[in-house]
Amino acid sequence: MQSSSPLAIVANSGSLDNDDKPNVELKTQISFRNFNFYYGQYHALKNINLDIYHSHVTAFIGPSGCGKSTLLRTMNRMYDLYPEQRAEGDLLLDGENILDKNVDINHLRARVGMVFQKPTPFPMAIYDNIAFGVHLQERLSRSQMDDRVEWALKKAALWDEVKGILKQSGMSLSGGQQQRLCIARGIAVKPEVLLLDEPTSALDPISTMRIEELISELKEDFTIVIVTHNMQQAARISDYTAYMYLGEMVEYGITDQVFIKPQKKATEDYITGRFG
Amino acid sequence: MAAEITPKRKGNIGDWVFFNLTRLFALVTLMMLGGIIVSLVYGAWPAIQRFGFGFIWSGEWNPPMERFGALIPIYGTLATSLVALVIAVPVSFGIAIFLTEMAPAWLKRPLGIAIELLAGIPSIVYGMWGLLVFAPVFSKYIQPMMADTLGKLPIIGELFSGAALGIGILSAGIVLAIMTIPFIASVMRDVFEVTPAMLKESAYGVGATTWEVVWNVVLPYTKVGVIGGIMLGLGRALGETMAVTFLIGNMNVFGGFSLFLPGNSIASALANEFAEAESPIYTASLIELGLILFFITFVVLSLSKLLLLQLTRQEGSKT
Repeated sequence: MQSSSPLAIVANSGSLDNDDKPNVELKTQISFRNFNFYYGQYHALKNINLDIYHSHVTAFIGPSGCGKSTLLRTMNRMYDLYPEQRAEGDLLLDGENILDKNVDINHLRARVGMVFQKPTPFPMAIYDNIAFGVHLQERLSRSQMDDRVEWALKKAALWDEVKGILKQSGMSLSGGQQQRLCIARGIAVKPEVLLLDEPTSALDPISTMRIEELISELKEDFTIVIVTHNMQQAARISDYTAYMYLGEMVEYGITDQVFIKPQKKATEDYITGRFG
Repeated sequence: MAAEITPKRKGNIGDWVFFNLTRLFALVTLMMLGGIIVSLVYGAWPAIQRFGFGFIWSGEWNPPMERFGALIPIYGTLATSLVALVIAVPVSFGIAIFLTEMAPAWLKRPLGIAIELLAGIPSIVYGMWGLLVFAPVFSKYIQPMMADTLGKLPIIGELFSGAALGIGILSAGIVLAIMTIPFIASVMRDVFEVTPAMLKESAYGVGATTWEVVWNVVLPYTKVGVIGGIMLGLGRALGETMAVTFLIGNMNVFGGFSLFLPGNSIASALANEFAEAESPIYTASLIELGLILFFITFVVLSLSKLLLLQLTRQEGSKT
């Protein structure tokens, strides 16, 4: 189990072009090539090879500590904030290696948005929560900004609930609304990729359902990568699923295949609940 | 019936004692506050009766003629504290950002400890250092330079004019700034550190730079603590006695608005003159000065509360 590259080759070899999506031509958005990640001395991700496809939902599943969140956080180089963390290998976004030293990291993070386990509204009004990120990237007139805020809130299925209270603090919303606000904030800067790190783990079932519906709608416009503890969630909303264990990519493929006919015994054990 | 369901436990007595004990402690604070106010007013009463509100507006401080006015010490107290804050707040902010967001791990601890050590230096040491080391250097090199640059500007040039004495309101303010920086910086650092990493990452996640994250997210999130830290520093600056006495010049004459001029502060006047106050009206006037200092601190605290309310309103209501 030193290398998981054969799986990635399977992913590339066309065997994934199943009947579910005959019309969609698969376009690779993000590729990991011989990717390794370290927390200081600790080797957290081992030789990851993986292609993530444009306009699809890819889910990372696996037991706690397997490295799925770590893998997610490499795609916008969030680990850069912590000096003891480092990555090796290649990580390509639209063919460009984003591990390169001279990549504009702020621009990268505008292209690859992120939503976290818990809602993290900024301590400002709802409107400003959305406008904040847009301001950093673009010069928009007041009315253009109004349109953008409305667009993002509509995309995040929050507009009807907050259109009358845009001046209120983002922290005054309920947990589920806050999380949708965070998603709206993430898509307002029009990223190509949206990273979701267990976005429903702090939410009640109804809020979770709304977010899941939202994810299915958003994949028309964005490439979505989601980390989840909840296997039913992965099965419900993702097109591709990667099962990770102890920092290795055990199995990666079309969600239905991974869940119905896993190639690896380890994946089957995890999915059927015999382990993890 | 109820007693059977929830039988009385012995612990209830302990709870009762604990509740009343803590309430007593809280009340003692209130009683002390009230007692201090009452005794200050009582002590200052002769001066209040004699000078009325004129005490606050009058700039005359003439012990032989027994004519007293608090304007010059009030001005000196406010001016030195303002100078101190203007310098200390941005510097402390920079220190706190560096320590929490940018410093490499091996530098964080030593720098943090150094700042806390600075806070522990007794104020008289700062005063002596200010008078013997800082003031000569300041008058020889820095004040002439300031007069040549800042002094040439319109309007604020007035503040940097006059003789370079080394001691004066500006010197006292600068040394006060050095004394308050450790307080403000360590409070700011502590509150910046409790900002959730996830919140900061969210801001980085939409492409914000470190500065944008700190200014737009960390600072609003921690505003109560930051303003608290500034108020702690301001409180220290307003009441600081020894260091100011060494550096302010203790002049009870108003010569103009230049910060180079010597002046006097309330705390410094009290420390210098209590021993020589012979007549009852002199003593009463000094006590009234103390009452005014108390009042200034109270007003400053109230203003900071108002400022917080205003900031919260800007952020949006939280209903």
